[in-house]
Amino acid sequence: MANRTRPITQRLAATNQAHAEIGLGKAPTGIQGFDQISGGGLPKGRTAIVCGGPGCGKTMFGLEFLVRGARDFGEPGVLMGFEETPQEMTRNVASLGFDLADLVQKQKLFLDYIFLEPNEIRETGEYDLEGLFVRLQYAVETIGAKRVLLDTLEALFSGFSNPAILRSEVRRLFRWLKEKGLTTVVTAEQGDGTLTRQGLEEYVSDCVILLDDRIQDQVSTRRMRIVKYRGSSHGADEYPFLIDEHGISVLPVTTLGLNHAISDERVSTGVADLDAMMEGKGYYRGSSVLVSGTAGSGKTTVALQFAEAACRRGERCLYVGLEESTDQIIRNALSVGIDLEPWIQKGLLLHRAWRPSQFGMEMHLLHIHKLIDEAKPQSVVVDPITGLMNASTERTVQSMLVRLVDFLKENGITAVFTSQTKGGDDLEQTREAISSLIDSWILLRDIEQSGERNRCLYVLKSRGMAHSNQLREFLMTNEGVRLLPAYVGPGGVFTGSARLAQEARDKAEMLDRDQTIERKKQDLERKRRALEAEIEALRAEFAAEAVEMDNCSKQAEERNDNVERNREHMAQSRQVTPRDEEDEVPMNSKAAGGTP
Amino acid sequence: MSRRTKKAKPSKESGQADVIELRLYIAGQTPRSLKAMANLKRICGNFLDGKYRIEVIDLVRQPQLAQGDQILAIPTLVRRLPPPIRKIIGDLSNVERVLVGLDLRDAPDSARMARV
Repeated sequence: MANRTRPITQRLAATNQAHAEIGLGKAPTGIQGFDQISGGGLPKGRTAIVCGGPGCGKTMFGLEFLVRGARDFGEPGVLMGFEETPQEMTRNVASLGFDLADLVQKQKLFLDYIFLEPNEIRETGEYDLEGLFVRLQYAVETIGAKRVLLDTLEALFSGFSNPAILRSEVRRLFRWLKEKGLTTVVTAEQGDGTLTRQGLEEYVSDCVILLDDRIQDQVSTRRMRIVKYRGSSHGADEYPFLIDEHGISVLPVTTLGLNHAISDERVSTGVADLDAMMEGKGYYRGSSVLVSGTAGSGKTTVALQFAEAACRRGERCLYVGLEESTDQIIRNALSVGIDLEPWIQKGLLLHRAWRPSQFGMEMHLLHIHKLIDEAKPQSVVVDPITGLMNASTERTVQSMLVRLVDFLKENGITAVFTSQTKGGDDLEQTREAISSLIDSWILLRDIEQSGERNRCLYVLKSRGMAHSNQLREFLMTNEGVRLLPAYVGPGGVFTGSARLAQEARDKAEMLDRDQTIERKKQDLERKRRALEAEIEALRAEFAAEAVEMDNCSKQAEERNDNVERNREHMAQSRQVTPRDEEDEVPMNSKAAGGTP
Repeated sequence: MSRRTKKAKPSKESGQADVIELRLYIAGQTPRSLKAMANLKRICGNFLDGKYRIEVIDLVRQPQLAQGDQILAIPTLVRRLPPPIRKIIGDLSNVERVLVGLDLRDAPDSARMARV
């Protein structure tokens, strides 16, 4: 079950390899996209029918199968044409870069033209188509062919009048081709209610491919469907395809399912403030980002910043402009401080502009595919996808975008789409209804307030990251985009000068508060000083008392000394004996003890 | 067509100028090929009075020759001369149709013949 986790293309390839081992091999057609939906190409050694109405590209399919087989896969091929001469055929496909004459000369291709003129032929008695077999065999053996194109086998039915013989011979032909192991493409006109006019699909049951060319709103879209492919898994849907100067391209993007590898790497949005809103890192690499908003809300600027950031990292970026020409974009980008010129010159930025109405949706898609194939960019910007809406129906655009997003994700390309929301429309609904495909959705909106219109930005969703829920005011400065936290208060969201006014009011209020505090502080200081002064006074008083106290004790001491001295004087004057003196001492010490 | 038929008839008497050159394409000695050869010889012997040339080409041996005369069905009889080229496919079992196909006889009712 490890199989499950691998992309379907790899699984198909693995299955095919398994098939090849047990006998059901595939012959790659080299037709862009077809080998992908058929899981490797046409059944090897078997016959496939390619049917469809006139001009739907049957012959083209067969020829590309032959030419690419001969040129790219080393399998020479035989072309049996019933409708066009080799000269006509050679001329017809020369414009596609297929040089049939060269391949014929190199013995890689054998052209045989079967001309049927019913008026020239009379039938009498029994016959068979051995001549066809002889010619085919001769052609196959001459160049060792592995591939055969019979274009259009059904022409036989107009050349001969006996349908019973024809049917048995056609059946024999298919059996013969199979026995010889020739991978064959038979083209057939689509019948009324049947796949082929002559019911050829009854004889060939290995692989039936239906081509179709439908006109919708005056735009033609070719579609391809594998009706049947015995013994092989294949995409069952209708796949749009194109015939252009490189042959057929089938766009099988939707077959790929949701298996693309994802990346944890982050890439900057180009706007530092926006990065900050997305965990400080920006978008996931390989994710698809939608920038939607009303006219003039700054979608292109956001996209441009992303593109420039990609170039700054040294990555290639494809910028598909569906509204503005390259020169116009360069000029406008300069006004917000983005200089694209050097990146274009370095080949990192590839700006391509065309009108949405220039061609059908499939062609748009193919154009983008091709540019991506050629330039191999890491980032793609499509600006805006809304333009496509005017050129086609909603469903077509949606299907195209689904496939585009799938394709980009498959290739790990980070994509930014811009989408213009019409005034009055629900902002959170894109007209293209692709929001579910999108990983990150950045919404730009205008807020009208007090006579001005200001831009706001918020991240509506961003899968897999903790993005900011804040509404930011979006400023386009000459140094790029800046996002300011918008003023959100009880009075609502304020932007622009209203925000400035509100901020001024806030400031005044703050100043007021500050002043009050300052005043209180001063009061307190004053009180503190008063308190300190009082303390000082008390201390001074205390000190004065202490000094007085000191003086008092000094006076007392002096007094005692005087008493002593007086007594000594008195004793000396009385001539007291030492014995008397001895008697006198306790009396003296008693007196001294009383005065300390 | 009728003009050519009238011209062909007097040629039976006059010289070698209007020899009919026929080429029969077969693929191997199949019963059908042999039958076609026998039928052709009989018709020529009965109606062409010696003024004909038959070349039998076996495509099994010379497959490259099939392309030139645009041969698909086997057997195919091609009248190469006089122009224009005529082709008759099948085992030539219907003498009447062979003669008409070779411009040797007017189609009695071409509409009916085509259907048969």
